[in-house]
Amino acid sequence: MKHLRSIAELGPDGLRQLLELTDHMAEINRRPVPKVPALRGKTVVSLFFEDSTRTRLSFETAAKRLSADTMTFSVSTSSVNKGESLRDTIETVAAMGIDAFVVRHQSSGVPWQISRWTEASIINAGDGWHEHPTQALLDCYTIRTALNRTEGFDGLHIAIVGDIKHSRVARSDVWAFAALGARVTLVAPQTLLPPSLAGWPVEVVHHIDDVVEKVDVLYMLRMQRERMHEALVPSLREYTANFGLTPVRAERLQEHTLVMHPGPMNRGVEMAVDPSELPGSMIAQQVTNGVAVRMAVLFHLLGSGSGLAGDPA
Amino acid sequence: MSSTVIKGGTILDRRGEQRADVRIEGGVITEVGAQLSGDVDLDAGGCIVSPGFVDLHVHLREPGREEAETVETGSRAAARGGFTAIVAMPNTEPPHDSLSVIEMVRRLGEQAGMCEVLPSGCITIGRAGEALAPLAELAAAGVRLFTDDGNGVQDPLLMRRAMEYGKNLGIVLAQHCEVSRLTEGAVMHEGGCCSRLGVPGWPSVAEELMVFRDIELSRLTGAPIHFLHLSTAKSVDLVRGAKAEGLQVTAEAAPHHFTLTDESLSGFDPLFKVNPPLRENADVAAVKRGLADGTIDAIATDHAPHPPETKEMPLDQAPPGMLGLETALALSISELGVDLQQVVALLSWQPAAIAGVADRHGRDIEVGAPANIAVFDPDLTWTVSTAGLASKSRNTPYAGRSVRGKVRHTLFDGVATVIDGEARR
Repeated sequence: MKHLRSIAELGPDGLRQLLELTDHMAEINRRPVPKVPALRGKTVVSLFFEDSTRTRLSFETAAKRLSADTMTFSVSTSSVNKGESLRDTIETVAAMGIDAFVVRHQSSGVPWQISRWTEASIINAGDGWHEHPTQALLDCYTIRTALNRTEGFDGLHIAIVGDIKHSRVARSDVWAFAALGARVTLVAPQTLLPPSLAGWPVEVVHHIDDVVEKVDVLYMLRMQRERMHEALVPSLREYTANFGLTPVRAERLQEHTLVMHPGPMNRGVEMAVDPSELPGSMIAQQVTNGVAVRMAVLFHLLGSGSGLAGDPA
Repeated sequence: MSSTVIKGGTILDRRGEQRADVRIEGGVITEVGAQLSGDVDLDAGGCIVSPGFVDLHVHLREPGREEAETVETGSRAAARGGFTAIVAMPNTEPPHDSLSVIEMVRRLGEQAGMCEVLPSGCITIGRAGEALAPLAELAAAGVRLFTDDGNGVQDPLLMRRAMEYGKNLGIVLAQHCEVSRLTEGAVMHEGGCCSRLGVPGWPSVAEELMVFRDIELSRLTGAPIHFLHLSTAKSVDLVRGAKAEGLQVTAEAAPHHFTLTDESLSGFDPLFKVNPPLRENADVAAVKRGLADGTIDAIATDHAPHPPETKEMPLDQAPPGMLGLETALALSISELGVDLQQVVALLSWQPAAIAGVADRHGRDIEVGAPANIAVFDPDLTWTVSTAGLASKSRNTPYAGRSVRGKVRHTLFDGVATVIDGEARR
């Protein structure tokens, strides 16, 4: 496999393989010196056309722990602002001898376009509303470890709540959860669902109360305040009333139910409860697992299969 | 007077097929018969000799966007596609809302001499949808088709006024059907594919609402209406119904709307971004049916050149549009599943009537007719390549596609503008 642009591209086998590899990376991260020489001599460029401090830091930490050289290309300091085309930017940076681009862009599909212009591996760190495959991988890894589901998600019921329509996280999570065997329910008003769900392995309900007592995982999506201006929901108050996780609803969750969120949270909107008071909150664990998952992805795409054991010296 | 003879071909026009040679002198057909020869003989062995094609929908980009296309390069591409007349869309910079721009585009067309360039006029000033353009002044200067193409006229009152005012000017209003409030930010067809790709959708209903509105305004005002680039099954049905009622409605469809679907965008390649967008299989089938049964009057290319760097922008930022002039005939022969006479009707005499040039284009191949003629091999299979295009731009979505049917010679006003596939000017 050369690129990671979507969950579909990975396939169920690739998904399982990466989750197993992540176990190994998590073990490295627990060492006193969490660094191995696996990607020594490889160069990974973070190409972030949209701000995302957390995802970028997570990828860069992952690359450094594998001893890859890292560079950051952020748009505010680049010649893109001087009118350089996307293709020229890629070809210029690629000419420096790059092994992988980690790409975040506000437009869906940019990782596909870039992969036509360079020989380097492309890792999608989030494109528009489309996909965010490493988020889905870390979500799967988090569920897998927290619920001890190394064999897969058969019999698990996962609800994804909120703005599915504009969510790249949902567009990756749905396919990843389903590929591992989970039953997936989307919870959203019609205005926040994609125009068609034909072919999606999901059920749909239109109120959080329909799932809150039943699910093993409650996955809350960020509700962006600017959606108010597009007549997608009447008010944040009404959104919270129908789709928010309130203290009353938190009481009704099953004891083992995990609560997840890709961040950043909107306190008082979708998360109308303090997550630190939720026993099942995985929100911090998701961030921790992000590094190990991204190490696994980089190693899978760029590694020669060795160098995970030793010292980076 | 020197004469040119098209030799060894089969004439195909409204009357059917006939094996005959055609002699042309002084821009006019002077003899149709067997075993003719002239000062110049053009071999048409195995070829169809038909009236030249008329494209109701071409973006020539000049003035304003000469890096994409000029009147000269666009009309050369047209000639290579077998066209002898093309209607130039008004969305130039400045747009076709004043006599000076109209006259400039027409003059540039005459200077290029590859085909007749017919400037369309704007319905509203600046295509802004707020105030009527000088319809009578432009009509008096010979403009026949008026449109704000690229934009639909959103205001129903303004559209009604344009139809009422234009009714007695002998003009035809042509609508780009898109209720823009429903397509804000839209990038591709709204359906399963855009849902998966996470790309904002352009719902079919945004086109259909305006088709319906303008059919009713045509009924109300008694003015004719032409629908540009129909793309949805329901739009085709609405036009079929309007025609059955005897309303003065005509319509065109573009080759990409009967050959490609929204699935083409699954690799996020902006070459497949076009407005209105590529739709679904059922829409493609409906457009084909409409072209076969006479609901849709014309194949019009919506030839929309863009320089390469603009098609290398992110999908949501790249401009919509694709080339069409040099592939229209082949795609029609290869994909439509209608007989050759119907293909030529859709490319030639039917659009000629809508454009108001039936006195000189799309006429039967007979003595006395102006020599605007396309000669094409309907059986030749070839592969579309960006390298061979006469257009200044390269944004064809068909590169690498094998198609059947190729223009061999084009004669405009008696002059061979294309011989053996190569432009002569």
